[in-house]
Formats: sequence, C-alpha cells, structure tokens
Amino acid sequence: MKQYRLQVMVCAGTGCVSNHSFELKEALDREIKKHNLQNETEVVYTGCNGFCGAGPIVVVQPDGIFYQLLKVTDIPHLVEEHLLKGRPVKKNLYTPPAEKTPIPKMADIPFFSDQTLIALRNRGMIDPEKIDDYIARGGYKALAKVLTSMKPDEVMSEIKASGLRGRGGGGFPTGVKWETCKKAHGDTKYVICNADEGDPGAFMDRSIIEGDPHAVIEGMIIGAYAIENVHQGYIYVRMEYPLAIKRFQIAIQQAREYGLLGKNIFAKGFDFDLDVRRGAGAFVCGESTALMASIEGRPGEPRAKYIHTVEKGLWDCPTCLNNVETWVNVPQIILKGAKWFSSVGTGDVSIDPWGGSKGTKVFSLAGKVNNTGLVEVPMGISLGDIVYKIGGGIREGKKFKAVQTGGPSGGFIPESMLDIPVDYEELTKIGSMMGSGGMVVCDEENCMVDMAKYFLKFTQEESCGKCIPCREGTKRMLDILERITIGEGTEEDLLLLEELSNMIVESSLCALGGSAPNPVLTTLKYFREEYEAHVKNKKCPAKICRQLLTYTIDQKICLEIGHGCGVCKKNCPDAAIIGERKTVHYIDPVKCGKCGACYDVCNFNAIIIE
Amino acid sequence: MELNVQQKAEEIVNRWNCAPSNVIEMMHDIQNEFNYLPKELLYEISNKVNVPIAKIYNIATFYNAFSLKPKGRHRVHVCMGTPCHALGAPRVVSAIERELGIKCGDTTPDMKYSLDICGCVGTCGLAPVVIIGDDLFGPIKVDGVPRLLKKYESK
Repeated sequence: MKQYRLQVMVCAGTGCVSNHSFELKEALDREIKKHNLQNETEVVYTGCNGFCGAGPIVVVQPDGIFYQLLKVTDIPHLVEEHLLKGRPVKKNLYTPPAEKTPIPKMADIPFFSDQTLIALRNRGMIDPEKIDDYIARGGYKALAKVLTSMKPDEVMSEIKASGLRGRGGGGFPTGVKWETCKKAHGDTKYVICNADEGDPGAFMDRSIIEGDPHAVIEGMIIGAYAIENVHQGYIYVRMEYPLAIKRFQIAIQQAREYGLLGKNIFAKGFDFDLDVRRGAGAFVCGESTALMASIEGRPGEPRAKYIHTVEKGLWDCPTCLNNVETWVNVPQIILKGAKWFSSVGTGDVSIDPWGGSKGTKVFSLAGKVNNTGLVEVPMGISLGDIVYKIGGGIREGKKFKAVQTGGPSGGFIPESMLDIPVDYEELTKIGSMMGSGGMVVCDEENCMVDMAKYFLKFTQEESCGKCIPCREGTKRMLDILERITIGEGTEEDLLLLEELSNMIVESSLCALGGSAPNPVLTTLKYFREEYEAHVKNKKCPAKICRQLLTYTIDQKICLEIGHGCGVCKKNCPDAAIIGERKTVHYIDPVKCGKCGACYDVCNFNAIIIE
Repeated sequence: MELNVQQKAEEIVNRWNCAPSNVIEMMHDIQNEFNYLPKELLYEISNKVNVPIAKIYNIATFYNAFSLKPKGRHRVHVCMGTPCHALGAPRVVSAIERELGIKCGDTTPDMKYSLDICGCVGTCGLAPVVIIGDDLFGPIKVDGVPRLLKKYESK
C-alpha cells in the first residue's frame, strides 16, 4: 500500500455533502496537483464525523487538524499554507463560542474529547465505501474469531454477560432476546436490522450507516451464527436516507465478493445473506411487528404482541430484530470481551439483565445548542454534561428551558433535572425515555405547549389507525391543544388532557400509541405555568403561538431605518397594513389575521410582537 | 413520450422476482421514475404479481412515500423534524407558500413545483432543512427562500 505524508479526510455524510463537500474534494485535488503534491498527499472521503453543524468538515491527518465550515474558495489558500508550507489556516479552525483562540486538533475540541467511542469508533477514519478500509481497522476480525473458535452458545453467553440492551428505545436485554429466539421452534429464522429511524430529531442510525456500514453487517452475521438456523437477514432502511441505502447496498455487495456473505462463510459451512428493504415513509414501521408487515409487502400496521416476534415474526418464523446501534456494538463485545463492555455504564447486570445500563449510547444533539451533532457518551453521564460540556451550551447566550429525549415517545426534561444520569430506568422514572437517542434542546424562545402540540400532531398523523385509543384519542388531544394555542382553552381542558393521556397510555395496541401522550404529560407536569398562561391570560410567554400575539409596527424604526420600504404591506395576505412608500406603516388590528408574514419579511425588525 | 405500460410493468416486476412481498419495492421504483403512481401501471402490476388492486391501493394510500396524483417537476419538501420545527420550519413553509402561491400539499398549475412537508431527514445540524429534488439545503431562513427557489427557475 502506498504511504502518504498527509491524508486529507473529507467528510461525506449527508450534512456535509449538502454543503458541497464533493466540490471541496475536487478543488483539493485540483490545487494539490497544481502544487505537485499528489505523490505525498491523499484526499479521501470518510463517513459522518458527527459534528454536522460545523460542516463541511475536513481533517488533515496524521496530526488531526480539524477544519470547519469550509468553502471551495478557501481551498487554494489552505492547500498552499497547510499542505505545502505546514501552517494550519487559523480562520478555518474551530473556535469555541465566546472564545478567541482556535483549537487546531480534533482530539482537543471538547465536542470530541468528552466522548467515548464504541459504536462510532470508525467515524471519520475510513471510507465507508471501501471494505478494505474497514478490514484495516480490525473489521471482520470478530466474525473470524466467532466462526473459527467459538460455539454459538459461547457467543450467546458473551453477549448476555456484556449487559448490552436494545438501543432502539425499549432497552430490552439483547442476549435475552437472542436466546429466546434461539429456543423458539422453527427451522427457518430471520434477523432484521431496524434502520427505520423515524424519530424526528434523531440521526444516529443514519450517521452510523453512512460512516461504517460494514460494522452493522458484521454484527448481524455474528447474531445469525449465535441464534442458529438463520440464513437470511433484512435491513429495513427508511427511504428518507438515500445515501444510507446506497452505502448499505455497496457494503453488502463487497462483503459478498469477499465471501463474508453468502454460502459457506470462512469455509465453516455457515450460510447467511442480507438484503436491503426500503421503508416508505411511515413512522409506525419502526415498531417491530409493523416493520415485519412492511417487509412482507403489507401496510405497516402493528399487531398485538401476545406472541412475541422472537417466536412468530417475519412470515410467522422466529425473528430477531435489533436496532442499528445494537448490532454495531456486537463485534466490539466479541473482540474485547463482555467484561470490558460492562465496565462502562451503570448498575450491575450479572444477576438481573435489567439491572443496569452498560456501554455507551449515541445521541444526536440538536436544537438550540452551540454544537449540534452526534455524540457517543458512556451510560450514566449527566444530561447537563451533554448539553453544556459537549454541546457547548445554549446558542446566543439564551436561557435553557428543556431537553427533549426519546422523540415523540419521550418527554421534556426541565432544568432542575439536568443532573440525573442517562440510564434506561432513570429516564423512564421521570416520565421520559431513552428512546433511540434524539436529544433536542429547547431554550426560552420555545413554547412548551407548541412543542407538545408538534409531537402530538406528528403521532396523530403517523398513527396507523388500527386501534381506537391511538387513532381517536390523539386526535381529540390535538383538538384540545389547538384550542389552547389559539386562546380558546379552558382550565377544564388541562384536566381532560390528563385524563385522555392516561387512557391512551393504558389501552393502546402498540408502544407507539402507548407512549404518544408522554410529551404532553411531561410538559403538563414540569411546565404547567405555561399552559396556564395560555388558558387563563391568553398569552404565549415564549411568543410562538401567533394567534395569542398582537402585532404592531415600531414607527421610529419603520421610518428612520426602513424608510417605509413597504415589504410588509406587499406580503400581508389580509391587506391589513396601511401606509404609502417612504412613510410610516400601520397594522389594522381588526383586519390582521395574525399570520406573522410581516414579522418574517421585515428586514429591519420593526414589527413588534407582544 | 408514450408510456408502454406493458413493457414498463414487465421490467419492474421482473426486477423484483415477481414476488408479492416485493410490491412496495416495485411501487418505490414507479414513484421514483414517474413522481407518482400512474393508475394503468398499478393495474398491470396487480395482474402480473397477482395481488388484488384493492391491496395495492391500500399500500399506496397508507405510506407517505407514494402519491396517486402527479407531482411537480421540482418537489419541494420542508423537513418537519423537531429541531427544524424548533428553529422555525413552519415559518419557512409559509414563506414558500407565499412565494409559490400554493398551499402545502399542492402543485403549481404549470406542474413545476409541488410543496410538501416530510419527516425528519436526519440532518438536524443544518436545521431548518429544505429538500428540492435530490438536493438538500440548510439552514434556510425565511428571507433566503426567494433566492433558494430562484436556483430552479430556469431548470
């Protein structure tokens, strides 16, 4: 293999690609050639680095110099200064908010240095479309170990001892699930990878697949071997992730060419193959029984799980379904041992598999934090550490209000609870849940009633409609919330909301319905005063619910700074704005439909909302 | 261009081994190629794969990915993930509605643009995100909407 003095790693995750990282590579190649550096410098694509808010990202190895927010026009200077003369370009380095000195090395940036990498160990290090890169980083070594020196039962006990639990949200112990599936009667069994990451605000699975697809495949092959009688697996990816689908297809093809998938793997008489199935834009298909229905070519409606899918799943055969992140952990546990894995995390799993949360969890940190992106942290870390240390605090120095975990099934956690540890049981105790790992931070400018309404609208639209509590119950809850946000809510509505929520929790068919009221329940519990402000005073403290606001124009700004530009008048759909060009404009409160268009379009911030 | 329904259906069905469990994948291929599900093709597939047309319609209306109505040449999607919502995606939707003169879910009369909202596309670091065709843009501010759409004016 050819050795290079420098390697320029260009991030090719969806976020960076949309910010033109492909063009960056072309420019880099061009400039490198111009300076005749092509024999000592290599430019490669890597998977998602996780720091998506700083994209497009380029890392120069072996020193690990981290460049962010690059433009094609920055490249000539960068190549000349850094690659030729060895001087990192200061203006494109990362500078922490509120500080002045940039941090050149990736490993020193707090966003990266406070993380513990197991599932994301290959991020930014390999080209996800090259199987050789994965193998060079120790890939498929665990599979070789399993097939050549371990019996299926030994693999099983290793996974059980590690304390690994389902990363898709429920936290079911993986070893127990595998064992039940193994014991189930049937000559044909299946394994499935659930990559239907429907939770809004979650992108862990997307980044893992885009950055390290072979790790998922390796985990699945090991699982298939341990469960026995499994010769076919499916990866169900949502169609909103076209790049992830493509990377999986490439990875599967390469694994087949290398004899890692197909017949007689490692000449040990073990047959296993994988296929990708595309989701079709239904949130409910993240639920295991709905997902299996979808693979079978039916509408994705869940069924009651009095018989579990490990007994009767896909085509009524025993089926073991795990999340992307769960599968990715498997090869590492095999290589480094259960003891190593269970040394990270909380509790004790040696007697009770539910007794603790082991290993790490990947979260996608988004919303109003400075550093948005993918973070992998040890279980037991406090929420505050994630938001403030890794996330770098709230944007623009605003005040923290809540952090939302678990997507539409989770809840909002207030500031007073930021020191609780991240752990399956702890999060459930306070009314939220681990979920698949979405973590959305809200600041003082987010209205909690509006956020609860947002989630409910989401679950209501995505409800498959099979059971009445979810189909009708969430609709009625949404009606009430809509009433509250337009100022027609009453105090009884809050009680009714709670009553309805509890009914839906008790009686829904699947977990998605059963957890749908969580955002409402937690906001009612921790932010009741905001609901009361909407109901009693008809005000929205965060100034989000537009029907409760009044719009006026600041005459001084309008005339002196804006010179009566008239943009608001042009865009007002109700013709409620009066005034000629170059004179002060007014809003007619009777005609005003409170749509907020004027506020959006005014270039001088002359529209005041109260 | 006249669509040879027979031939197209044959091609798609064979690509997926004529298996009834693969109808969703077949419908994906149709949707990707035509931007909607033409009725004639669905009937043809129903015949060939031996799945009742009612079941095909059940699938087509259940999943958000499929549309029975023709959509515009440029499909504009606004991501409605939580971070996008928290950072003002609803305002971006109204800005695009104003710019195109259509409501969300509709298509412009000249069949050039259609506007829809979509589930989280997982690029939350770029929120709020707008997707036009295969291109993804973010963060999009309300005042950046006209400039964004202008890129597609001549396409």
